[in-house]
Amino acid sequence: MMKTAEKERITQEFQEKMDYDELLNCMRCGFCLPSCPTYIESGMDEAHSPRGRIAMMKAVVDGVLEPDDDVKRSLDLCLGCRACEPVCPSGVKYGHLLEQARDIIYQSKKKSVPEKAARKVVFQDLFPHQNRMVAATSLLGFYQRSGLQKIARKSGIMNFFPETLRTMEKILPSVPKKKELRNRPHYLPALINQKKKVAFFSGCLMDTVFMKTNDASMKLLQYAGCEIVIPETQNCCGALHGHSGEREKAKEMAKNNIEAFELAEVDYIITNAGGCGAFLVDYGYLLKDEPEWAERAAKFSVKIKDITSILVELDFHKEELHLENQVVTYQDSCHLKNGQKTFMEPRKLLQSIQGVTYVEMYDASRCCGSAGIYNIVESEMSMQILDYKMQQTIKTDAKTIVTANPGCLLQMKLGIEREGLSNSVRAVHIVDFLLEAYENKAIN
Amino acid sequence: MIQEHIKKELLEIVGKENFQDSKTSLLTYSYDATPGFQSLPDAVVSPRNSEEVAKIVKLCNEHNIPIVPRGSGTNLCAGTTPLHGGIVLLMKHFNRILEIDEENLTVRTQPGVITQTLIETIEQRGLFYPPDPSSMKISQIGGNINENSGGLRGLKYGVTRDYVMGLEIVLPNGEIIRTGGKLAKDVAGYDLTRLFVGSEGTLGIVTEATLKLVPKPETKKTMLVLYQDLDAAARSVSAIIANRIIPATLEFLDQPTLKAVEDFAQIGLPTNVKAVLLIEQDGIESVVNKDMELIATICRENDAVEVTLAKSSEEADALTTARRSALSALSRLRPTTILEDATVPRSEIAKMVSAIQEISERHQVTICTFGHAGDGNLHPTCLTDIRDKDEMKRVENAFEEIFHKAIELGGTITGEHGVGAMKLPYLHLKVGEAGIDVMRNIKQAFDPNNIMNPGKVFEELERKRVVVQK
Repeated sequence: MMKTAEKERITQEFQEKMDYDELLNCMRCGFCLPSCPTYIESGMDEAHSPRGRIAMMKAVVDGVLEPDDDVKRSLDLCLGCRACEPVCPSGVKYGHLLEQARDIIYQSKKKSVPEKAARKVVFQDLFPHQNRMVAATSLLGFYQRSGLQKIARKSGIMNFFPETLRTMEKILPSVPKKKELRNRPHYLPALINQKKKVAFFSGCLMDTVFMKTNDASMKLLQYAGCEIVIPETQNCCGALHGHSGEREKAKEMAKNNIEAFELAEVDYIITNAGGCGAFLVDYGYLLKDEPEWAERAAKFSVKIKDITSILVELDFHKEELHLENQVVTYQDSCHLKNGQKTFMEPRKLLQSIQGVTYVEMYDASRCCGSAGIYNIVESEMSMQILDYKMQQTIKTDAKTIVTANPGCLLQMKLGIEREGLSNSVRAVHIVDFLLEAYENKAIN
Repeated sequence: MIQEHIKKELLEIVGKENFQDSKTSLLTYSYDATPGFQSLPDAVVSPRNSEEVAKIVKLCNEHNIPIVPRGSGTNLCAGTTPLHGGIVLLMKHFNRILEIDEENLTVRTQPGVITQTLIETIEQRGLFYPPDPSSMKISQIGGNINENSGGLRGLKYGVTRDYVMGLEIVLPNGEIIRTGGKLAKDVAGYDLTRLFVGSEGTLGIVTEATLKLVPKPETKKTMLVLYQDLDAAARSVSAIIANRIIPATLEFLDQPTLKAVEDFAQIGLPTNVKAVLLIEQDGIESVVNKDMELIATICRENDAVEVTLAKSSEEADALTTARRSALSALSRLRPTTILEDATVPRSEIAKMVSAIQEISERHQVTICTFGHAGDGNLHPTCLTDIRDKDEMKRVENAFEEIFHKAIELGGTITGEHGVGAMKLPYLHLKVGEAGIDVMRNIKQAFDPNNIMNPGKVFEELERKRVVVQK
């Protein structure tokens, strides 16, 4: 239960910090309702819709609603998928409002000691430091390779974990060895005549747990004619922090990234994770109140491009791409689509692979329920959303589900595992799939 | 506040998962799509069938608790704002289409079905349900019936009223009655079906409806016509109708609206012209082609600068979808958007358009106009800021003049949005005090305790424009 003093503090912060013009910009037409996964899954409960959440934020500012546990609950249950933004004719920047509100609540709320400690470890000590990410991933690698994993599974100790975590443990990819994790490239030449000079945004999880996908991305870029620099001093994009009410830390990380990439004079900065990309694109907004940074942030953001987007720009889909016959479907990454407006490019690339029968899934752009750490902290709703998603994928008959973001990838793997389909259906990141199709031509 | 023992009874009727009274629930059902109106209910209740509705209504009638039936809350007259508290009755469990009768061309449906879902289901059978309010993706059929919603196809096909053949209604005393049916002809007594359509939830709760269907038109063509002169566009509208052509859709957008819509939809709408007409005709292909040619000629004769036919159905859909977003797109421009739907006989459109322009200039307020020009139903939309008291006063005055002008031209204060609380102060302009008395007596006969959506249509007598914030 929230204490009165806490509520008062939150109300005051809302009044000082929330963007009231943006709140007023919502004219309550309700066009967002059918796009909102939590509105639908909650049985059309207005309190779990974007219109309802905005009304609550405004009511807190207006002093007509106390920011009680129900308000926090409603904001916590939001996936932050931003599906409401492209359908909003008024152009309300819901994602920004959500970030502001969460930041206030989490910074003002008195946290329990364990929660405080956990947040500190995750947000301050781990993600911002790539060397520690490497160490943590190596630990996972040790667990997977040493036989510990086998013992853990056999012993039944895993049964003490919640179901989602238990399944998650199974679907995590085999991670690379510490040596590989430490030995990352800083420069790669174009492998055909050079068309663009790009910088590669490595990301925290992508460069550790999903390192192979990062390698595949860079290879594709090289094949497409890109000279690549990988700035050494870059760090995690800060999305996780920004979306979890740790804006100040996110700003710090943003500044560091801007500095790291400013020196590399490149055409684009390439990302391969929709979630990171959308946050990087928004650095201008994140740092809008810091005059000495705003312009630099804008310059940085304008260069952000998803890998699928540059591949299409460089006509990679016209290359000879070939795979054995299979039905393929694509699950949009919410932030790639709603945050970066990139949704045609992945489809175009997939459709250009010989042997691939592309089947569009119904509601492909509806969130899969992964949403950062949402599937762990809001497991019940996440699994409800995932079940709907799996129904749709099964209808396509696809044997390969392609995604463009690590969170979505894990979530789809989780869905496959839960449906008992792991022998017949696989989930892959689009770059791994494309590389497979490209390198296949050499064999043929 | 709902008393404990009543809450207990409500919980017994609907179960705890269908009863909400947390502060957040009350807040999120305190508004609809009407700017400036907000009022907290005491509870939000979601019955699962007509019998539960009857029990709730009976209970409320006994204890004088107001009931506001609500669908998706997209109406524009504050029709579902619980001004006097009480219970917001959600119809979300009434979400099934019960029967599509292809012999009688009717559909029997529960009121909580989303309008677009109904339309799509019907069209899969080669049939057609024409009323298409701009909110149809979100709105529920029950809301459409209670507000007698119009839409873009009203000119040729009429409005919701023209498609409602029968209703199941829970009366304020808890009795359940059925009116009309699958009957093309039925003169057994008063036409209660018509009385309930557009009654804004003030007479009873609609729990089922039988709707008329028509065969789906064979083909549809869409045309965009550009003008450098507002008056020329309005003249074209009158000329088309005078030439005995009834298009399915005949929409008008002025330049500021166009700019806002294009900004949102980005489909390449021209923003350098003063006005456009969006015209659709449907029917047998040869007839449609002939009509479209004739319409093009008429528009050119009336100083259209460009006439373009949509090349594909995707292009056509993009145009109509963009038009449907006009209201919300306009709201990007200023914090507060106030929309009215003054309606005149279609022959008077040109006069009304220039009157609106003149009035907005004189009161120094920004009013953009779009709307269903073909049926005389305009949407003058005022862009303002609710925090600016001085400007709000001018907005009020401007709208009052617009209403007077519409009446003077033989029109009405509202064509399709309803009176609700929003236009309640102006109803007398249209129906007179004697007309209001008749309505009040009808209401009294059905609902002597005044529990059904109180404060709507005609209740309060003082003639002031209600703009409440918070």
